[in-house]
Amino acid sequence: MYVPTVELLWWEGCPSTERALTELHEALRDVGLDGAEVEMREIVTEEDATGAGFRGSPTILIDGTDVVGAAPGDSVGLTCRVYRRSDGRISPTPDPDELREALRQATERAERK
Amino acid sequence: MLSIGDQAPSFELPDTDGVRWSGPDGQAPASVVVFTCNHCPYALAWHDRIAQAARDYADRGVRFLAINANDPRRYPRDSYDAMKARVAAEDWPMPYLHDSTQEVARAYGAKTTPDVFVLDSAGRLRYRGAPDADYDDPEQRAAWLREALDSVLDGKEPSRQETRPVGCSIKWKH
Repeated sequence: MYVPTVELLWWEGCPSTERALTELHEALRDVGLDGAEVEMREIVTEEDATGAGFRGSPTILIDGTDVVGAAPGDSVGLTCRVYRRSDGRISPTPDPDELREALRQATERAERK
Repeated sequence: MLSIGDQAPSFELPDTDGVRWSGPDGQAPASVVVFTCNHCPYALAWHDRIAQAARDYADRGVRFLAINANDPRRYPRDSYDAMKARVAAEDWPMPYLHDSTQEVARAYGAKTTPDVFVLDSAGRLRYRGAPDADYDDPEQRAAWLREALDSVLDGKEPSRQETRPVGCSIKWKH
Protein backbone atom coordinates (compact mmCIF):
# COMPACT_ATOMS: atom_id res chain seq x y z
CA MET A 1 0.00 0.00 0.00
CA TYR A 2 1.19 3.47 -0.85
CA VAL A 3 2.24 5.55 2.15
CA PRO A 4 2.39 9.30 1.53
CA THR A 5 4.95 11.66 2.94
CA VAL A 6 3.34 13.54 5.79
CA GLU A 7 4.87 16.71 7.22
CA LEU A 8 3.69 18.94 10.04
CA LEU A 9 5.21 22.41 9.89
CA TRP A 10 5.03 24.25 13.21
CA TRP A 11 6.06 27.44 14.91
CA GLU A 12 6.58 27.73 18.64
CA GLY A 13 4.42 30.87 18.88
CA CYS A 14 1.25 28.77 18.52
CA PRO A 15 0.05 26.31 21.13
CA SER A 16 -1.84 24.13 18.65
CA THR A 17 0.99 21.83 17.53
CA GLU A 18 0.24 19.01 19.96
CA ARG A 19 -3.46 19.00 19.13
CA ALA A 20 -2.74 19.11 15.41
CA LEU A 21 -0.37 16.16 15.73
CA THR A 22 -2.93 14.16 17.70
CA GLU A 23 -5.65 14.87 15.13
CA LEU A 24 -3.25 14.01 12.31
CA HIS A 25 -2.38 10.65 13.89
CA GLU A 26 -6.11 9.94 14.34
CA ALA A 27 -6.79 10.80 10.69
CA LEU A 28 -3.92 8.56 9.53
CA ARG A 29 -5.32 5.71 11.61
CA ASP A 30 -8.85 6.31 10.29
CA VAL A 31 -7.73 5.94 6.67
CA GLY A 32 -5.53 2.91 7.36
CA LEU A 33 -2.20 4.72 7.26
CA ASP A 34 -1.12 3.97 10.80
CA GLY A 35 2.37 3.21 9.56
CA ALA A 36 2.95 6.63 8.06
CA GLU A 37 5.55 8.69 9.83
CA VAL A 38 4.91 12.34 10.51
CA GLU A 39 7.93 14.50 9.88
CA MET A 40 7.93 17.49 12.23
CA ARG A 41 9.50 20.63 10.70
CA GLU A 42 9.99 23.61 12.96
CA ILE A 43 9.76 26.99 11.29
CA VAL A 44 11.94 29.35 13.30
CA THR A 45 12.57 32.49 11.29
CA GLU A 46 10.70 34.61 8.78
CA GLU A 47 13.23 33.40 6.23
CA ASP A 48 12.27 29.79 7.05
CA ALA A 49 8.62 30.73 6.62
CA THR A 50 9.23 32.36 3.27
CA GLY A 51 11.33 29.46 2.06
CA ALA A 52 8.67 26.92 3.03
CA GLY A 53 5.70 28.99 1.87
CA PHE A 54 4.53 28.68 5.47
CA ARG A 55 1.05 30.20 5.95
CA GLY A 56 0.96 29.67 9.67
CA SER A 57 1.20 27.06 12.36
CA PRO A 58 0.24 24.29 12.05
CA THR A 59 0.54 23.52 8.34
CA ILE A 60 0.19 19.93 7.19
CA LEU A 61 1.64 18.77 3.91
CA ILE A 62 0.74 15.47 2.27
CA ASP A 63 3.26 14.58 -0.42
CA GLY A 64 4.28 18.23 -0.31
CA THR A 65 0.76 19.58 -0.84
CA ASP A 66 -1.01 21.67 1.78
CA VAL A 67 -4.08 19.79 3.03
CA VAL A 68 -6.02 23.03 2.97
CA GLY A 69 -5.67 25.59 0.22
CA ALA A 70 -4.74 29.15 1.04
CA ALA A 71 -7.66 31.15 2.37
CA PRO A 72 -8.31 34.80 1.51
CA GLY A 73 -6.04 36.94 3.64
CA ASP A 74 -3.53 34.15 4.24
CA SER A 75 0.01 35.34 3.87
CA VAL A 76 3.36 33.69 4.35
CA GLY A 77 5.00 34.29 7.72
CA LEU A 78 5.35 33.36 11.37
CA THR A 79 1.77 33.29 12.57
CA CYS A 80 -0.95 31.00 13.85
CA ARG A 81 -3.07 29.69 11.02
CA VAL A 82 -6.81 30.20 10.95
CA TYR A 83 -8.80 27.17 9.76
CA ARG A 84 -12.52 26.91 9.25
CA ARG A 85 -14.32 23.72 10.21
CA SER A 86 -17.04 22.29 7.98
CA ASP A 87 -19.71 23.74 10.31
CA GLY A 88 -18.22 27.22 9.90
CA ARG A 89 -16.43 27.39 13.24
CA ILE A 90 -12.98 28.94 13.32
CA SER A 91 -10.27 26.64 14.59
CA PRO A 92 -6.50 26.61 15.02
CA THR A 93 -6.33 23.13 13.44
CA PRO A 94 -7.65 21.71 10.15
CA ASP A 95 -11.04 20.04 9.97
CA PRO A 96 -10.45 16.31 10.66
CA ASP A 97 -12.82 15.38 7.80
CA GLU A 98 -10.79 17.51 5.39
CA LEU A 99 -7.63 15.92 6.69
CA ARG A 100 -8.94 12.39 6.13
CA GLU A 101 -10.15 13.32 2.65
CA ALA A 102 -6.77 14.80 1.74
CA LEU A 103 -5.04 11.62 2.89
CA ARG A 104 -7.45 9.41 0.92
CA GLN A 105 -7.01 11.51 -2.21
CA ALA A 106 -3.21 11.45 -1.94
CA THR A 107 -3.28 7.68 -1.62
CA GLU A 108 -5.69 7.26 -4.55
CA ARG A 109 -3.63 9.60 -6.76
CA ALA A 110 -0.46 7.69 -6.04
CA GLU A 111 -2.07 4.30 -6.62
CA ARG A 112 -3.52 5.39 -9.99
CA LYS A 113 -0.03 6.19 -11.25
CA MET B 1 2.83 41.55 36.60
CA LEU B 2 -0.72 41.91 37.85
CA SER B 3 -1.79 39.44 40.56
CA ILE B 4 -5.24 38.55 41.87
CA GLY B 5 -6.38 41.29 44.23
CA ASP B 6 -4.09 43.93 42.73
CA GLN B 7 -5.41 47.26 41.59
CA ALA B 8 -5.53 47.13 37.81
CA PRO B 9 -3.61 49.87 35.99
CA SER B 10 -5.74 52.68 34.64
CA PHE B 11 -5.58 53.47 30.94
CA GLU B 12 -7.14 55.52 28.20
CA LEU B 13 -7.22 54.18 24.65
CA PRO B 14 -9.04 55.01 21.40
CA ASP B 15 -11.71 52.76 19.93
CA THR B 16 -12.21 52.21 16.22
CA ASP B 17 -14.12 55.50 15.91
CA GLY B 18 -11.36 57.42 17.65
CA VAL B 19 -13.41 57.80 20.84
CA ARG B 20 -11.19 57.49 23.90
CA TRP B 21 -12.24 55.05 26.61
CA SER B 22 -10.82 54.87 30.09
CA GLY B 23 -10.56 51.86 32.31
CA PRO B 24 -11.13 50.40 34.76
CA ASP B 25 -14.62 51.87 35.00
CA GLY B 26 -15.21 53.09 38.53
CA GLN B 27 -18.96 53.36 37.86
CA ALA B 28 -19.43 49.76 36.75
CA PRO B 29 -20.07 46.93 39.24
CA ALA B 30 -17.54 44.89 37.25
CA SER B 31 -15.34 45.37 34.19
CA VAL B 32 -13.87 42.91 31.74
CA VAL B 33 -10.68 43.72 29.86
CA VAL B 34 -9.94 41.27 27.06
CA PHE B 35 -6.72 41.39 25.09
CA THR B 36 -7.56 40.09 21.65
CA CYS B 37 -6.74 40.61 17.99
CA ASN B 38 -7.83 39.94 14.42
CA HIS B 39 -5.36 37.35 13.21
CA CYS B 40 -5.30 34.69 15.91
CA PRO B 41 -7.52 31.60 15.53
CA TYR B 42 -7.93 31.27 19.29
CA ALA B 43 -9.08 34.87 19.65
CA LEU B 44 -11.44 34.40 16.70
CA ALA B 45 -12.78 31.08 17.99
CA TRP B 46 -13.59 32.60 21.39
CA HIS B 47 -14.80 35.96 20.11
CA ASP B 48 -18.50 35.14 19.71
CA ARG B 49 -18.66 33.67 23.22
CA ILE B 50 -17.03 36.72 24.77
CA ALA B 51 -19.25 39.04 22.73
CA GLN B 52 -22.35 37.14 23.85
CA ALA B 53 -21.24 37.47 27.48
CA ALA B 54 -20.87 41.22 26.91
CA ARG B 55 -24.46 41.36 25.63
CA ASP B 56 -25.79 39.14 28.42
CA TYR B 57 -24.18 41.19 31.22
CA ALA B 58 -24.85 44.62 29.74
CA ASP B 59 -28.09 45.08 31.65
CA ARG B 60 -26.22 44.40 34.89
CA GLY B 61 -23.89 47.27 34.12
CA VAL B 62 -20.78 45.24 33.33
CA ARG B 63 -18.42 47.04 30.95
CA PHE B 64 -16.43 44.98 28.46
CA LEU B 65 -13.37 46.49 26.76
CA ALA B 66 -11.49 44.60 24.04
CA ILE B 67 -7.91 45.67 23.43
CA ASN B 68 -5.60 44.88 20.53
CA ALA B 69 -1.92 45.51 21.28
CA ASN B 70 -0.23 43.48 18.54
CA ASP B 71 2.56 44.98 16.47
CA PRO B 72 0.87 45.82 13.13
CA ARG B 73 4.16 45.96 11.27
CA ARG B 74 4.63 42.25 11.88
CA TYR B 75 0.91 41.47 11.68
CA PRO B 76 -0.85 43.82 9.24
CA ARG B 77 -4.16 42.09 9.94
CA ASP B 78 -3.93 43.60 13.44
CA SER B 79 -3.49 47.17 12.25
CA TYR B 80 -5.77 49.98 13.44
CA ASP B 81 -7.30 50.17 9.96
CA ALA B 82 -7.96 46.41 10.02
CA MET B 83 -9.61 46.79 13.44
CA LYS B 84 -11.89 49.51 12.05
CA ALA B 85 -12.81 47.34 9.06
CA ARG B 86 -13.63 44.39 11.28
CA VAL B 87 -15.85 46.35 13.63
CA ALA B 88 -17.62 47.91 10.63
CA ALA B 89 -18.30 44.45 9.22
CA GLU B 90 -19.39 42.77 12.46
CA ASP B 91 -21.74 43.40 15.37
CA TRP B 92 -19.51 44.31 18.31
CA PRO B 93 -21.20 44.83 21.71
CA MET B 94 -18.02 46.31 23.19
CA PRO B 95 -15.48 48.91 22.10
CA TYR B 96 -12.38 47.56 20.37
CA LEU B 97 -9.45 49.62 21.64
CA HIS B 98 -6.05 50.11 20.08
CA ASP B 99 -3.02 49.87 22.37
CA SER B 100 -0.51 51.18 19.85
CA THR B 101 2.31 51.63 22.37
CA GLN B 102 1.62 48.23 24.00
CA GLU B 103 1.92 49.97 27.38
CA VAL B 104 -1.46 48.73 28.61
CA ALA B 105 -0.76 45.14 27.59
CA ARG B 106 2.59 45.30 29.36
CA ALA B 107 1.06 46.90 32.47
CA TYR B 108 -1.51 44.10 32.69
CA GLY B 109 1.03 41.40 31.90
CA ALA B 110 -1.10 40.15 29.03
CA LYS B 111 0.41 37.09 27.40
CA THR B 112 -1.94 35.81 24.74
CA THR B 113 -4.94 36.59 22.60
CA PRO B 114 -7.33 36.15 24.18
CA ASP B 115 -6.33 36.95 27.75
CA VAL B 116 -9.25 37.86 30.02
CA PHE B 117 -9.10 40.11 33.10
CA VAL B 118 -12.19 40.52 35.33
CA LEU B 119 -12.11 43.53 37.65
CA ASP B 120 -14.43 44.42 40.51
CA SER B 121 -16.05 47.81 41.07
CA ALA B 122 -12.89 49.07 42.77
CA GLY B 123 -10.78 48.00 39.80
CA ARG B 124 -9.13 45.08 41.59
CA LEU B 125 -8.29 41.96 39.60
CA ARG B 126 -10.64 39.08 40.47
CA TYR B 127 -10.10 36.67 37.58
CA ARG B 128 -7.47 36.29 34.92
CA GLY B 129 -7.05 33.68 32.19
CA ALA B 130 -9.00 31.89 29.49
CA PRO B 131 -12.72 32.52 28.83
CA ASP B 132 -13.48 28.82 29.35
CA ALA B 133 -11.94 25.37 29.13
CA ASP B 134 -12.01 24.78 25.36
CA TYR B 135 -11.72 27.17 22.43
CA ASP B 136 -13.13 24.42 20.24
CA ASP B 137 -16.40 23.97 22.13
CA PRO B 138 -18.95 26.80 21.74
CA GLU B 139 -21.16 25.08 24.33
CA GLN B 140 -18.68 26.24 26.97
CA ARG B 141 -20.16 29.76 26.54
CA ALA B 142 -17.20 31.51 28.23
CA ALA B 143 -18.18 29.70 31.44
CA TRP B 144 -15.12 30.72 33.48
CA LEU B 145 -15.61 34.36 32.59
CA ARG B 146 -19.31 34.16 33.48
CA GLU B 147 -18.58 32.36 36.78
CA ALA B 148 -16.13 35.07 37.76
CA LEU B 149 -18.57 37.84 36.81
CA ASP B 150 -21.43 36.22 38.72
CA SER B 151 -19.24 36.01 41.83
CA VAL B 152 -18.02 39.60 41.55
CA LEU B 153 -21.57 40.87 40.99
CA ASP B 154 -22.68 38.92 44.09
CA GLY B 155 -19.84 40.47 46.08
CA LYS B 156 -18.02 37.16 46.42
CA GLU B 157 -14.56 35.89 45.53
CA PRO B 158 -14.64 33.79 42.35
CA SER B 159 -13.97 30.14 43.16
CA ARG B 160 -11.70 30.00 40.11
CA GLN B 161 -9.44 33.06 40.18
CA GLU B 162 -6.78 32.22 37.66
CA THR B 163 -6.46 29.89 34.69
CA ARG B 164 -3.79 29.56 32.06
CA PRO B 165 -4.46 31.94 29.20
CA VAL B 166 -4.54 30.01 25.92
CA GLY B 167 -3.94 31.56 22.54
CA CYS B 168 -1.41 33.23 20.30
CA SER B 169 1.35 35.15 22.03
CA ILE B 170 1.01 38.93 22.05
CA LYS B 171 3.12 40.20 19.18
CA TRP B 172 5.49 42.60 20.88
CA LYS B 173 7.40 45.28 19.06
CA HIS B 174 11.12 44.54 18.86
